[in-house]
Amino acid sequence: MEQETLPKEEEHKISRRKFLRYTAAMGLMAGMSSLLPAYAFSGFKNREVLSPKGNDNVIDLTISNEPVTIDGKKATATAINGTVPGPLVRLKEGEDVLLRVTNKLDESTSIHWHGLILPFQMDGVPGVSYDGIKPDETFEYRFTVQQNGTYWYHSHTGLQEQTGVYGPIIIDPADQDPVEYDREYPVVLSDWTFEDPYKVLAHLKKNGGYYNYQKRTLGEFFKDVSDEGFFSALGDRLSWGRMRMSPVDLADITGATYTYLMNGRAPGSNWHALFKKGEKVRLRFINASSGSFYDVRIPGLKMTVVQADGQNVEPVPVDEFRIAIAETYDVIVEPEDDQAYTIFAESLDRSGYARGTLAPRKDMVAPVPERRPRPKRTMRDMGMKMDGMKMNGDMTKMKQANGQKSMDMKQHDMQMSDMRADPVKHGPDHHGAGAASIAQWEFDRLDEPGVGLNNSDRKVLVYRDLKSLKPNVDTRKPGREIELHLTGNMERYMWSFNGKQFHEVKGPIEFKKGERLKLTLVNDTMMEHPIHLHGMFMEMDNGKGRFRPRKHTLNVQPAQRISAIITADAPGRWAFHCHILYHMEMGMFRVVEVKDQITEA
Amino acid sequence: MNKSINSIIRNIKAIVLTGIVVTLFMGSTALAQVAPPFSNSIMKDNETYAYLVAERLEYTSITGSDPLAWDVQGYIGKSYDKFWFQSEGSSLTSQKEGDMEFQGLYSRTITPYFDFQTGIRYDLMYSRAENLSRGFAVIGLQGLAPYMFETETDLFISDKGNISARILGTYDLLFTQRLIGQPRFETNIAVQKVEKFGIGSGFNDVQLGFRLRYEIRREFAPYIGISWNRQLGGTADMVRLEGGKVSTFGLLGGVRFWM
Repeated sequence: MEQETLPKEEEHKISRRKFLRYTAAMGLMAGMSSLLPAYAFSGFKNREVLSPKGNDNVIDLTISNEPVTIDGKKATATAINGTVPGPLVRLKEGEDVLLRVTNKLDESTSIHWHGLILPFQMDGVPGVSYDGIKPDETFEYRFTVQQNGTYWYHSHTGLQEQTGVYGPIIIDPADQDPVEYDREYPVVLSDWTFEDPYKVLAHLKKNGGYYNYQKRTLGEFFKDVSDEGFFSALGDRLSWGRMRMSPVDLADITGATYTYLMNGRAPGSNWHALFKKGEKVRLRFINASSGSFYDVRIPGLKMTVVQADGQNVEPVPVDEFRIAIAETYDVIVEPEDDQAYTIFAESLDRSGYARGTLAPRKDMVAPVPERRPRPKRTMRDMGMKMDGMKMNGDMTKMKQANGQKSMDMKQHDMQMSDMRADPVKHGPDHHGAGAASIAQWEFDRLDEPGVGLNNSDRKVLVYRDLKSLKPNVDTRKPGREIELHLTGNMERYMWSFNGKQFHEVKGPIEFKKGERLKLTLVNDTMMEHPIHLHGMFMEMDNGKGRFRPRKHTLNVQPAQRISAIITADAPGRWAFHCHILYHMEMGMFRVVEVKDQITEA
Repeated sequence: MNKSINSIIRNIKAIVLTGIVVTLFMGSTALAQVAPPFSNSIMKDNETYAYLVAERLEYTSITGSDPLAWDVQGYIGKSYDKFWFQSEGSSLTSQKEGDMEFQGLYSRTITPYFDFQTGIRYDLMYSRAENLSRGFAVIGLQGLAPYMFETETDLFISDKGNISARILGTYDLLFTQRLIGQPRFETNIAVQKVEKFGIGSGFNDVQLGFRLRYEIRREFAPYIGISWNRQLGGTADMVRLEGGKVSTFGLLGGVRFWM
């Protein structure tokens, strides 16, 4: 299928000398171009990846500080094998691998294999699965590769992810790949700041709006007055002001400090990938950002989403998709014309973009689209029901959310259908000072692509579209429900679950080994939070029954109530957190423990 | 006998050594049996931050007095508990005369937007004639009120038992992303008359200001502005008796910065 991959036998026969010559050439190439991985270059061939070598199936990764040049400016990054992003790690389903990670930093580090199913000791979260990797130490990760698809790896120590410790993983299926393609590229989206990430955090702690240079001004007020009338414009200001919220709180960290990268390249440096017309090109998008959501489109090309979070889904043709932090989406594009296309990944708040080019020849580029205007959040994002908003279902059926564990089987069966669930009223607990707001009404929102993308006449991917290609194995109904509210306080820059930062909790969230449970997440904040569970997939309850898509990261929109079914089959301790790096660091983090006996049922 | 003891010791040595080797080996194998003990301190979500802001550091042009004024505050602490400090005052440039106050408060987050504060305040008034000072106990609320007003409300009890209060509010009005207008309102209220300090009972004064700052960086913003102060009631009477003006209008310039 893959034209440019050498046949397997030949690949294995590459002699040591050849290999050395080859890696040296790559090193030289990298040296010239400020330490980018092989896939950042136009001539990228798929054998230029890191695959297990030798009898033990070894891959060596070394983490070190390296000078880099990003957008013409020099900086020091934390690199993996000398590059940012790290090299493409290519594994095969079913093989036993030994991944050796060496720390050449003067502080502790770690590597977490995002989305991989493995023993918890191999998961790479310091303080949860192991103690991390001390300077000059090597940690040996040994596990059997049990899945296939697109994943990624990154540091789980401090804010190292922001300074460059991330890279793509592709796992080839043991059997035939249901996805047909002629050519493929990893597309790693990330963000870079020349500031010390801890300084970024301190700025946010002292001034939540520090990086927002798209606030509403007096000028915008007058524009709104002329567009919609004085009282409407004033009323809108007053209702947001009364809540002490801003509808343009879209991203904590913006293009004011971020340079948005595609495969390590800033927009000006243009990541360039080749195709031959008529080919099926598989683009494996990974959002390895610390603080940026992207809206991805390729003007002139329809994209067919074939995989989400490494799991094959029924193909969905789209014009655009939003990729939350830590999510992956594989799309197929079939360029028919002999022309260049721009891969355009606009940040959610429209303060910047990452960009690359897909072209039949190296010298071809396509125009770069204008950024769209910065969107505004609505009262719906604040958990308010608006008059005239057509709701699915009878208002009298509104249910009071009753605390932590409610399991109404009828309600559950109802959600098995494709029907949008009724809004649920928030319970009496307002989660204390750590929660600046609660969503009075919690909406389904599975049919909404999200702020800035709603009401588009083009097809934008929504969570409702995702349907697993294969039925899920565990057909049991969940025996209980755990409800967690995503909470935060932008003014104080505190982030939490149920109003409690991580340092305020006394122990792990307990799953009973082997149980089937429903995890319900309610977003009480006005920002999106990509929630990641380590060690186990979450079957998103989007009405697809046995074909619920399996996700490692669930993006929860403001005022959204979303559920996932989980089979607690992975004993041990696992991290569970918001994948906005700074939210995790500020307390939106929990430990889940899967054990034989749980203390409270 | 000795022999057998020696052999036992040798055996013990062997067992211990084997044990150490086994332990080392087990320790070095990647798949340790247990996870590290649960710890809720693996994230940096309860760090201590230090913040210092000079809200006002300005020179006002008022005929005859031209005071330099400052309002500097900040904290050292965590999300919920902080030590809050505050100093404000003014000093005339025309003559040796001025007043200043210092506050040291314990500040506790009680609602998403408000801190409860309690502590002490120390005031100093100086002039060529005399230096006066007094101390207070402070109870206050500081935070962001609905409609985005930054507010401070304090209740003071002096070492003589006199009770007074202060209400302060500011609002940020964005002309552009960096050009920000800030209306400011302050009023002081006293229950008892304290003649020594020129304070009448009831409303003492109203201070209105408007400052226009330009944030060169978020942390550093020079500004220009106007201020209008009006003494009221008994306080005003005392000012009149001394031949002073009860209403002053000034043009001002200064810098706001924080770190």
